[in-house]
Amino acid sequence: MTNHDLMRISAITKTYPGVVANKNISLNIKSGEIHALLGENGSGKSTLVKIIYGLIKSDSGTMHFENKLYAPNQPSAARSHGVTMVFQHFSLFDALSVAENIALGMDKPPSIKNLSNTIESVSEEYGLPIDPRKSVGDLSAGEQQRVEIIRCLLQDPKLLIMDEPTSVLTPNEANTLFITLDKLKLKGTSILYISHKLEEIRLICDTATILRGGENVGTCNPQQESAKTMAEMMIGSILRVPKKKSSTTSEIALEVRALNRAPETLFGTYLKNLSFTVNKGEILGIGGVSGNGQDELTNVLSGESLSEKNSIKLFGKPIGNLPINNRRLLGMLTAPEERLGHAAVPDMTLIENAFLTGKTREGLLNSNDFINWNKTKEFADGIIDKFDVRTPGPHATARALSGGNLQKFVIGRELIQKPLVLVVNQPTWGVDAAAAASIRQALLDLATLGAAIIVISQDLDELIEIADSLVTINAGNLSKPRLTKGLSVEDISLMMAGTGDQWSQEINV
Amino acid sequence: MFKLEKRLQPSQKWSSATPFLAVASTMVFGGIMFFLLGIDPYTAIRIIFWDPLFNPMYADYARPQILIKAGPLILIAIGLAIGFKANVWNIGAEGQYIIGAIFGAGIGLAFYPNDAWYIFPLMVLAGAFGGFIWAMIPALLKIKFNTNEILVSLMLVYVAEKILVSMSLGLMRNPEGGGFPGSRNLQYYDAAANRELITGTGLHWGVLLALGLICLMYIMLNKHLLGYQIKIYGQSQQAARFSGTNPSILVAICFGISGGLAGLAGLFEVSGPSGQISIDFNVGYGFTAIIVAFLGRLNPIGILLAGLLMALTYIGGELAQFMLGLPAAAIQAFQGMLLFFLLAGDIFTNYKIKLTKKGDPT
Repeated sequence: MTNHDLMRISAITKTYPGVVANKNISLNIKSGEIHALLGENGSGKSTLVKIIYGLIKSDSGTMHFENKLYAPNQPSAARSHGVTMVFQHFSLFDALSVAENIALGMDKPPSIKNLSNTIESVSEEYGLPIDPRKSVGDLSAGEQQRVEIIRCLLQDPKLLIMDEPTSVLTPNEANTLFITLDKLKLKGTSILYISHKLEEIRLICDTATILRGGENVGTCNPQQESAKTMAEMMIGSILRVPKKKSSTTSEIALEVRALNRAPETLFGTYLKNLSFTVNKGEILGIGGVSGNGQDELTNVLSGESLSEKNSIKLFGKPIGNLPINNRRLLGMLTAPEERLGHAAVPDMTLIENAFLTGKTREGLLNSNDFINWNKTKEFADGIIDKFDVRTPGPHATARALSGGNLQKFVIGRELIQKPLVLVVNQPTWGVDAAAAASIRQALLDLATLGAAIIVISQDLDELIEIADSLVTINAGNLSKPRLTKGLSVEDISLMMAGTGDQWSQEINV
Repeated sequence: MFKLEKRLQPSQKWSSATPFLAVASTMVFGGIMFFLLGIDPYTAIRIIFWDPLFNPMYADYARPQILIKAGPLILIAIGLAIGFKANVWNIGAEGQYIIGAIFGAGIGLAFYPNDAWYIFPLMVLAGAFGGFIWAMIPALLKIKFNTNEILVSLMLVYVAEKILVSMSLGLMRNPEGGGFPGSRNLQYYDAAANRELITGTGLHWGVLLALGLICLMYIMLNKHLLGYQIKIYGQSQQAARFSGTNPSILVAICFGISGGLAGLAGLFEVSGPSGQISIDFNVGYGFTAIIVAFLGRLNPIGILLAGLLMALTYIGGELAQFMLGLPAAAIQAFQGMLLFFLLAGDIFTNYKIKLTKKGDPT
């Protein structure tokens, strides 16, 4: 197929005070190709995409769309050219039906009935099964994404921009999405595909443009590259893939027995009769699509929520009713999923944020509960040094750090306290490849030293990479544990779906 | 066209410049308001801000008055600011002030005419306790039933005012007062009087305590675990829980401190400048202190300065009413402008204005 260029972007530059977000970026998107845009956090991907979609204006440089000068000054102008975008975060109203939601975004919506018929035909054509009459609140994340995609497809797009579309999907849902994208491609629609997941880019993309520090550092054919070489182009240095060497011992560190917990919020998940154990030196992975009780489980393990005394035992000592700081003293530490607002306070400095979890175990309090700020600063400096947190200094506020750096800080803050048991929820969520690799390596190192680690993650590749054994969580229920060795993403996918007979090879951990 | 863009870090410069800009804007727009009322704005503003301090005709009377007014404002604002920092909104300091005064005065009146040394200290304790108890009502309701503390604490002000009326007319009425409402005047009862400590300054025990607490508040917020917990709870409740802060206890502490201090302010007022429990004993310090707390950026030193400034506008405002016939409502509007401009200026602490060209997306 000799495809012509649908969009030519030449020498786009965008400067913000103090940073050059895009430096002289040029790239061409052919019609009918899936073009990946790759890069670490802060490499300028979002800026570039926002310029293409008309959300911000470039300082210099030009764009041509179908050989005509293209300079959208707002998203509606971009859409009128046939450029649409599916955002990572959906803008849907739960209480409205699928068709009503789609009608809301239209300038002149047809009647809901006609629209529903159109939606059905589009959804059939592209393999996006959806019932237009269902209310959005009842849909899964994957189905909600379909609504967003259909909303875009109704505008007959020539270029569809997708921002990390698989970050909210189960492996099966992702596969359905890939089939849809393939169909779109055959119809001549171009797709600009932003993702961190190198494997899926290799699977579905025809071309990949890699950004680093706001510059285009190369275009490649992802099918001819390995994930490792692309990651190295992204970070501009050699990527060390974490080395897994199981260090599991036979001594039980943490035992959870018949743990039940009612949710504290209206839409929370009920934890039902959970039982599992983690041994010293073992990494237990807990996989599952988010919203199935991971946050509740994290809170119960951390001590933010209390449970029945004997339902959690740390080296045989019942701790279910112990508050969070008492658990920290005993060596049980937690790094929750949400970096800003849970693990760290956005407007507090790194020193103050270091104090957040370090105060008891690191002894950062003087007598009468006065804070030893000098010692706290040393503690914060130690985290920044040891985990290579890029920051102007410990006095920077948490929100001034990039996602990856803040994640290194909040995970490092727990690691440096030498936990005996560590619970981490989504340790590498939204983190670039280099930072993710260093976080995973740090977790593996900790396990080698004899700590028991629970990694809760949606990223199944990550779990396969570092976990010794694996359970999945579904609607507050846990599956039986299995050794990770030999498991494929498909196996885990089935475990997540909860088909019972998959557990014949069950092991005793 | 303008556009607001969130700053990466809140601007320290703006944060400290805003109060001064707010005062300046208030003078300008207040001046315009005075002009529209047919009063020479220059004279009005000079009388409000300058004459109470430096005009030899009024300064001798006005200067001590400034401390007398600033004392309760600062005392109450310190407590409120601690709560506001934690996102705990005690709007009912006025009620706690009244109940503190009633409790304190009640102890004093109960001992009358005994002249033991311990009476005044007992009254101080009772005053703090009264305010504390009154503040515990919204606090416990919030902790137990998650009620809105703003509404409950505010409504309790009106309940307290009714109790005040009942006390002045009934239980605490001066038996030798010829049937007039109002209690005995504690100024005439040595063991219960809160006297001026240095003649001609207006300095009394309450003012002294306010100044001391400014230092304590500074130390507590910056050096102590409780201050840390207050700040973190105010910024993110989830992070506060993660740090091991108990939300219920923290809400109770914030209400306890602010209620206790408001109660003390009431006690020092009833045993000092005011002298007696009367129907119109409360003059709105509990509400004005909210302005003081914000004008002072919830910061101890800021509250000290803001308290003095608000006291100045009170005294100057009275002077302007007296000298120029300015309506009392105009003075209140003038004080309200101060808070308005302050909050408006705050936008620039967290956002910066960006000029956008015509046609750009908004």
